[in-house]
Amino acid sequence: MKDRFNLYRFASPAVFYPLAGAMTPYFVAVSIVFGIAGLWLGMLVAPTDFQQGEGYRIIFIHVPASWMSMFIYLVMAFWAAIGLAFNTRLSGMMAQALAPTGALMAFLSLLTGALWGKPMWGAWWVWDARLTSELILLFLYIGYMALTAAIDDPRRSDKAGGLLLLVGVVNIPIIYFSVKWWNTLHQGSSINLAKSSMATTMLWGMLLMAMCFWMYSIAIALMRVRTIILERERHSDWVKTLLLAGDPK
Amino acid sequence: MKSRHKKLALIVGALAIVGIIAALVLNALNSNIALYITPTDVAAGKAPKDKLFRIGGLVKEGSIKRQADGVTIAFIITDTEKDIPVNYKGILPDLFKEGKGAVAQGKLTAEGSFNATEVLAKHDENYMPPEAAQAVDDAQERAASKHVSPSSAGETPKASN
Repeated sequence: MKDRFNLYRFASPAVFYPLAGAMTPYFVAVSIVFGIAGLWLGMLVAPTDFQQGEGYRIIFIHVPASWMSMFIYLVMAFWAAIGLAFNTRLSGMMAQALAPTGALMAFLSLLTGALWGKPMWGAWWVWDARLTSELILLFLYIGYMALTAAIDDPRRSDKAGGLLLLVGVVNIPIIYFSVKWWNTLHQGSSINLAKSSMATTMLWGMLLMAMCFWMYSIAIALMRVRTIILERERHSDWVKTLLLAGDPK
Repeated sequence: MKSRHKKLALIVGALAIVGIIAALVLNALNSNIALYITPTDVAAGKAPKDKLFRIGGLVKEGSIKRQADGVTIAFIITDTEKDIPVNYKGILPDLFKEGKGAVAQGKLTAEGSFNATEVLAKHDENYMPPEAAQAVDDAQERAASKHVSPSSAGETPKASN
């Protein structure tokens, strides 16, 4: 019984606000360390590719961004389900805080892919299943942000946004498996849990960059959720005392 | 059953239904989602008549023939079972090479060749340094010279899908 109580305690914005503030600098620091290591390994140490030459180095941004764009959506859908089922206030705020970062990742993935596609494939864009479903993911992020911004009452906006997130989650397996299910121009995945068809240094550079993107996303989402908490709880006593005390740390 | 558990079950149930609907729709649209068809599909008469479509496969080894003007090119696209001769005039992407994947958009002619208006290279998922690629090629050559029986060669070029 005591464990349950502790878990629910963190669902309270008043408890989570200082916790998020305390965790943020660590995630920022770890993200910078991973980023420097990943860029060093990817740009300076990793060898040239036998087919694509130097152009392949786009994967050190493209692949982590694509992974994060899908993973952030799953996390948002998770929070939406929790919020709808348990009526917790914080879960809606978490989904809100993650959305811009997810949209950024989807955009980065499409942009870097297009820049790479022109010299390698011969086309900026093709309407194949992988590219199209990733574009739909970007639209889902934008749609979620627009929908929640259009509804003033935070509880109702969380509910509407949550429903959109849950319906859209069907797109994630479509993105991931599109290269397996259909003929696409996009190549199949180079790595999964079982095998890797990449040279070791390239793989490590990519994994380090993925960790960097992951830590960055957590850090930025924690910062954003703090602002959202302050905004939504501005009439509550704890925020008033916090603000009266001066610097809202 | 508490109300929040009921809600959770409702959400899971709704998600399952959405998933099933999506699976059925995608299954029905299957042939429209594919970016290209293979030479075997063309041989089976699945190619649309008088309409632009894309074929995809491997560029057959030794099949690329360039004309003197430098931009007119003929090559063969194969899925290792059926071949289709392709004619194209234009600039080719960097990764367009013999033995690698390519996707061409165009129309079939009456003689069964393909007049392409656009040729794209299809990249595979292998990333390695040139020395490693050379080592793999050498090893395959050694293996091929040792085992002459076709069954043990075991390196049918992976169809590019």
